Amino acid sequence: MTAPLTSLDRPNSYIGRSVPRPNAKRLLAGRGRYVSDLRLPRMLYAAFLRSPHAHAKIVSINTEPARAIEGVHLVATGVDLAEICTPWTGTLDHFKGMTSAPQWPLPVDRVVWAGQAVVAVVAESRAIAEDALELIEVDYDDLPVVVDLDVAREAGGPLVNPGSVNNICFRSQLDNGTVDDAFAHAAHVVEEEFTFGRHTAVTLEPRAIVADYDPAAGMLTVHHGTQTPYQFQDLYSRHYDIPESRVRVIASDIGGSFGMKLHVYHEDMAVVGLSILLGRPVKYVADRMESFVSDIHARDHRVRARMALDAKGGILAMDVEDLTAIGAFSTYPRTSVVEGNQVIRLMGAPYRFENYRATLEVIFQNKVQTSQYRAVGHPIACAVTERLVDMAAAKLGLDPFAIRAQNVIPDDAYPQTSPTGYRFEALSHQACLKRLHQMMDYDGLRAEQADLRKRGIHRGIGIAAFVEITNPSPAFYGVGGARISSQDGAILSLTPSGEVRCLISVTEQGQGTEAIISQIVADQLGLAQEHVKVITGDTEVTPHGGATWACRGAGIGGETALQATRALKRNILEIAALILQEQPSALDIIDGQVVDAATRNQRMPISEIARIAYFRSDTLPPGTQAQLTVSHHFAPQGYPFAFTNGIQGCLLEVDVETGLIKLLKHFIVEDCGRVINPMLVDEQLRGGVVQGLGAALFEECRYSDTGQLVNGSLADYLVPMPMEMPDIVIAHVETPTADTELGAKGVGEAGTAAASACVLNAVNDALAPFGATINSIPITPMKVLTALKRF
Amino acid sequence: MSGFDDSLLNEADETVRIRMVVNGRKVAWEVAPRETLVDCLRDRLELTGTHAGCEMGACGACLVQLDGRAVHSCLIFAVQADGATIDTIEGLSERGAIADLQAEFHRRNALQCGFCTPGMLVNAHELLSQVAQPSREEIRDALSGNYCRCTGYEAIVDAIDAVAKARGTSGGVT
Repeated sequence: MTAPLTSLDRPNSYIGRSVPRPNAKRLLAGRGRYVSDLRLPRMLYAAFLRSPHAHAKIVSINTEPARAIEGVHLVATGVDLAEICTPWTGTLDHFKGMTSAPQWPLPVDRVVWAGQAVVAVVAESRAIAEDALELIEVDYDDLPVVVDLDVAREAGGPLVNPGSVNNICFRSQLDNGTVDDAFAHAAHVVEEEFTFGRHTAVTLEPRAIVADYDPAAGMLTVHHGTQTPYQFQDLYSRHYDIPESRVRVIASDIGGSFGMKLHVYHEDMAVVGLSILLGRPVKYVADRMESFVSDIHARDHRVRARMALDAKGGILAMDVEDLTAIGAFSTYPRTSVVEGNQVIRLMGAPYRFENYRATLEVIFQNKVQTSQYRAVGHPIACAVTERLVDMAAAKLGLDPFAIRAQNVIPDDAYPQTSPTGYRFEALSHQACLKRLHQMMDYDGLRAEQADLRKRGIHRGIGIAAFVEITNPSPAFYGVGGARISSQDGAILSLTPSGEVRCLISVTEQGQGTEAIISQIVADQLGLAQEHVKVITGDTEVTPHGGATWACRGAGIGGETALQATRALKRNILEIAALILQEQPSALDIIDGQVVDAATRNQRMPISEIARIAYFRSDTLPPGTQAQLTVSHHFAPQGYPFAFTNGIQGCLLEVDVETGLIKLLKHFIVEDCGRVINPMLVDEQLRGGVVQGLGAALFEECRYSDTGQLVNGSLADYLVPMPMEMPDIVIAHVETPTADTELGAKGVGEAGTAAASACVLNAVNDALAPFGATINSIPITPMKVLTALKRF
Repeated sequence: MSGFDDSLLNEADETVRIRMVVNGRKVAWEVAPRETLVDCLRDRLELTGTHAGCEMGACGACLVQLDGRAVHSCLIFAVQADGATIDTIEGLSERGAIADLQAEFHRRNALQCGFCTPGMLVNAHELLSQVAQPSREEIRDALSGNYCRCTGYEAIVDAIDAVAKARGTSGGVT
């Protein structure tokens, strides 16, 4: 009846507790404040004319009839905006030899993908702006279109950028020089070529921006649906030559982001320029069709990989070639190379082996840009590695669990450096494997599978181990010259009534950043959570920071909040000690009351300290420093990344007559270090898994031979809906990082990282009796039937 | 005004007077025939709780109640709603019609970015008014037209399931 007391039984112990998100009530009442909801006085609306060609020279543009429409305030071309905006180039210094053409808000002489915005109209309503678009005439001269990856790589073939020598954006190789030897002496070699389709984020709220340039104040305010307001403050300031202090970016409620909303988009840059030209607020919200042809896409890899094993099934080596097609430009400011770079560096990450070689080639083509989307590179590296491991297991007659148990880096063998150069502090593959085996009732599932096969029902069981990159240090973008912060900042104030206001640079897109920050502050200060107010997403009031991406909200933002809170608590207790004639070390705070640390007897409420400090400082001893606002910044040190790990399992059924796949259940064991709010972590995992499952079975941006996106709507591009998704069972192993006091790592990519790998393995497991294999994602019914030679 | 396309502008300029009851209040508008109900609700009444996600009836973010039934406000022209009673997420919230659903969604964190949430709630409200005790399968089926990119749907299914059970034990509130 009475469970033993845990650390959660202390008053105000919020770290580790599943508490609901305070801000979610607003969203549930329809009181969200999304950028797409915003209307400002004198606001105008922008719409864009888009290129119908994937590659063409712009010969002439006639905007006169459009300008004549009543209610149209401005029609602007690339040339107009190029006069006030400097171009940008999506390269990073540490990717040696990387190239990409300069980009302007709108193209000045050439379009490079179908759907690229060409002309902007600003009018009194979106409808009027769209009417005007219909009257704009653009004369194009078609240029050769580069769509296919192999065509793009052909010497002497058509070029995406006619001025360049080839279509290569970047080439890289990792090689420790011993791979050929390892393969020559291997007992077993497995080899496969994989393809991964393009897919895209499909956030439910499309991209939205309201730019408001006030010429009288020389001030630009941008309400921007983004996860990285500080990055955009910097970019708008530099490219439009406005002092940084006069650029304010506000990111209020964001209707989904997943990495997609942290890149520079041509239309967004244009809208800022349009507002500057007009001196009025200008709003642009992409509609769904526009989202499909202008949001970044992701993945699009072809990977050839082989793995060498010894006679007993020990992994000896991997040899990998990743070709990735990124569209016409590399995105800015993070570049489109990061995904491929992470693919080749995350290969084989869970396993102990020494010999590794990888070649990465990043290639331009006439499609929209690809770039960072949830779990950058992870699903590719995981699917390739885990499929090869399963193929090896089949070849050696080993069970998928057994071969992994034999090869994962043992939990007590850390720290470790991977053959790809990553340094792992502490991971828990063995514990996770064990837990998954038990949680799935693996032996029971295998028995059931065998039984059902006799009745013509083909179930597949797939597992996939993963390593996730979180909490990136300056080694990620900073070293490449990108002005993307790896540090975060917090400003914490005790208010006159004894509450706490926390301004923090990590942002909220629904994952619960504000909730966990308030949990950490309340926990560390000794206050009820409802007395902590967290404010995010406004460069004018919150301190500069990297904000929320690459799973840095809890690990870096949380640690920033923790350290800031401890500083504020020290200050409060110093003043309390003066008032109470006590040593600060003899005092503590519980439930908003200063207490004797030893006896927990209440001495005075912190609201009384605030009252005295703010209103009766005359009663404090001369020279008292009543610093009830503290500001604190934290940047990760120690390991360059806080890697996390886990393993997923999938049970599905393949209908061998129709090729349809039914997901029955999904399992995940995950280790994200210290868990701050288990409910939010679980929901992050579930959401991530479902994004991976969508990629595995449904999602693909399909292009025609002429470079037209042929399924660019929500009726044609399939996304996971409730009926197709399984229940997802979750368990945790906790290995806190020793690099921070908090010990938290990230969890946002984990679900997506391995879900498609799991499905790939499970489908191949189901098809094993037919001798059929699948090596391509998404796994459509047609691919299944083709593999079964029934199509 | 050379090159001015008269026919286009005239067509867009035409308006029709319509009346409806939105969240219990009578409203009268002059609307262009091409205006959708979702745009009217959001732009004219500033009822921004109803969201436009796909504008083709595939995502469910724009669901509102029209004469008591859930409909896609992006697929209805405002003129088609002349004479109708409309309830949006704001109205349903204010009169407490979905308070138990909202509380359960909150308790279980059955939302993340919240953009799909009003549509989810309208659909859940509709489902429970039609089927008092739906199975989990029936809940998933009913939500098949509601896209959520953030959650894995499971918490949403759990929340609706829990409310159905609670309503069942408390005497079948609908």
